[in-house]
Amino acid sequence: MATLNPILEKIPLFQEELARNKEILLANLVMAGEIPAETFREARKKEFMLDRFRECGLDKISTDEVENAYAILPGRSSRNILVSSHMDTLFPASVDHTVQVDRDVVTGAGVADNSLGVAVVTSLPTLLQAMGLQFDSNLILMGASRSLGRGNIEGIRFFLDNYDEPIEAGIFVEGVELGRLSYNSLGMLRGEVRFRSEGQPLADDWVRTGMIEPLANLIVKLQTIPLPHRPRTNIILGSCNAGKSFNMPATEARLRFEVTSEEIGMVSSLHQRIDEIIQEVASESGLDVDFEIIARRRPGGIGFSHPLTWATRKVMDHLDLSPIIQPSMGELSALIDKKIPGLTLGISRRATRAESEESVYIEPMFAGIAQLIAVISAIDEGICHERED
Amino acid sequence: MKEKIENWLEKKTFHHSQFWDLLKLIEQKEKKNLKISLCIPTLNEEKTIGKEVVIFKSELMNRYPLLDEIAVIDSGSTDRTLEVAASFGASTYLAEEILPEVGHRRGKGENLWKAIYQLEGDIIVYVDADIANIHPRFVYGLVGPLLYQEDTKYVKAFYDRPLAFSQGLRPSGGGRVTEILVRPLFSMFFPELSAIIQPLSGEYAVRREVLENITFPIGYGVETSHILDVYRRWGMDAFAQTDLDQRIHRNQSTTALGKMSFGILQSFLTRMQDFGMIREMVEIQKVYRHFEAKEREYILMEKEIREEERPPMATVPGYRKKYNLPERA
Repeated sequence: MATLNPILEKIPLFQEELARNKEILLANLVMAGEIPAETFREARKKEFMLDRFRECGLDKISTDEVENAYAILPGRSSRNILVSSHMDTLFPASVDHTVQVDRDVVTGAGVADNSLGVAVVTSLPTLLQAMGLQFDSNLILMGASRSLGRGNIEGIRFFLDNYDEPIEAGIFVEGVELGRLSYNSLGMLRGEVRFRSEGQPLADDWVRTGMIEPLANLIVKLQTIPLPHRPRTNIILGSCNAGKSFNMPATEARLRFEVTSEEIGMVSSLHQRIDEIIQEVASESGLDVDFEIIARRRPGGIGFSHPLTWATRKVMDHLDLSPIIQPSMGELSALIDKKIPGLTLGISRRATRAESEESVYIEPMFAGIAQLIAVISAIDEGICHERED
Repeated sequence: MKEKIENWLEKKTFHHSQFWDLLKLIEQKEKKNLKISLCIPTLNEEKTIGKEVVIFKSELMNRYPLLDEIAVIDSGSTDRTLEVAASFGASTYLAEEILPEVGHRRGKGENLWKAIYQLEGDIIVYVDADIANIHPRFVYGLVGPLLYQEDTKYVKAFYDRPLAFSQGLRPSGGGRVTEILVRPLFSMFFPELSAIIQPLSGEYAVRREVLENITFPIGYGVETSHILDVYRRWGMDAFAQTDLDQRIHRNQSTTALGKMSFGILQSFLTRMQDFGMIREMVEIQKVYRHFEAKEREYILMEKEIREEERPPMATVPGYRKKYNLPERA
């Protein structure tokens, strides 16, 4: 790990330079944050990123069928490092997207998840130039589309399925939380079950309860599924909707759930068990049931002692950050599927989170980006090829 | 008159997108050896000032050096306006500390006037601090005509009228005071000036040679009197206007607009008298009266609005000294 010390020594300088150039980052945060980008509606944010990449004179600025944004900051070798942030947010365009910049915090819809990530990737070429840094590797800068919810990380998957060059490693940038270190992915499955009576007459039994009763039966049966504590496995019943009023039987009932497990194969076997239960409830009730898989991830990752994770922990330690180790269910799992080493890192700390807006602190951003640049530097120096402890 | 106005509109009305190429603007600025200053007048604007400074500093100083300085000139905010502005790299000044020998008046016009002394640009761009959808176009859209047209000296902004607004923010169109007061007055007495779509907009860019030679009402009448004075001295071709698309800002109450109109009318009538357009005029009262209803009781509210004017800056000795102007006889 001889290559890491010179990088660690530069971290305070990185932070100083970043603080000196904070307006570059904050202006991009404001501009990115004021563009609504619900999943599947990221086109304007993509154009923003592409315009910024053009202004920086980057290479191979491009987009694709799923509205990803790409550019390459060329290095001196043929190696490639992916630095990506997802462009979509949870806030619909109908929410006021005005961003407010105070002395210490930035507030607005989606600034934490993930306009700050987009701003960092977008600002990186300008910041690196201001800091006089150049890498041997090419940096593939990416704004990933269709990440959240039903997007099911389609953007990053599309890129990885269609990009021909080898990728040394990938880093996914999230606005929060500074100290986040995700190096593995849980096995995960998100499903939606719908009971509907439309088009078929309600049997006497269902006249009073409508679709709520079969849904309740399903929930009770799902809770009887035995789950191991180790490896950690969980079924979360995330949302449940049925009916519209006090006295009308519900004609539709919907359950959304998520299954996660650290064990390879566990999610698949739970999927099979859940499917059987759903068919059983459907058969008992004589109703048609729709069961849709919204998203699926395979478990995997690079491990705690992988040189990339090790180097990142050292960088965090140098910045007095305690790593918040959490498995990713986002873009990182697509990278893991392709056997490419990768991490997800956070940039700042959340100040507040309200229904209609989010706030992030400005000061921690400099540590967050210094951490990112140090990890890119470590990958550039070949850390991913070093032997694990 | 119609043809005259249409000719002017053709020649002098722009859209900000015509000036998107900032590198060309900078080239033009350097060729003409000009300095450009941005002045943001403030009074308790801590919620919006940070974003304005960040955007202008990043985009128009760091990335594209179109601006040579960004200055916030404050009327005595009691909130953290100056602290926030300074934290993002703006130069901050209290209006009362600039040219202390001439004293201090409270009002936006005072800040704009003192900016002429404090800021060093050959062109000064004034942008209000309450713009929620701030963007670099608010500066480059106004500076563009001055860099490309020698005869243009004063560029006003105008804005779209979007269909919907929400959450207390109102998109500005022609503006209620413009449409109900100023446009009718211009149409009656200065029909050519009705070509200026938004004469009261708070965003404009002006050459120093003009700014230092016009008087400054310190209150509501500053924009109207500027237009009348520039028109009279330099003619219609000194003006240009740029469409900056939408401007979203705080809504103002009808009462506030009444006070504003009262101040504007004072400046307008004074100008008409100065221009010899009114031979005799009774003394103008300076108290604006309106009512507030409380259940069935109507309460008379009185507010003194006195449109005091600052003289042309070129007549102030301290200014002449700073800018090495010859002493006046």
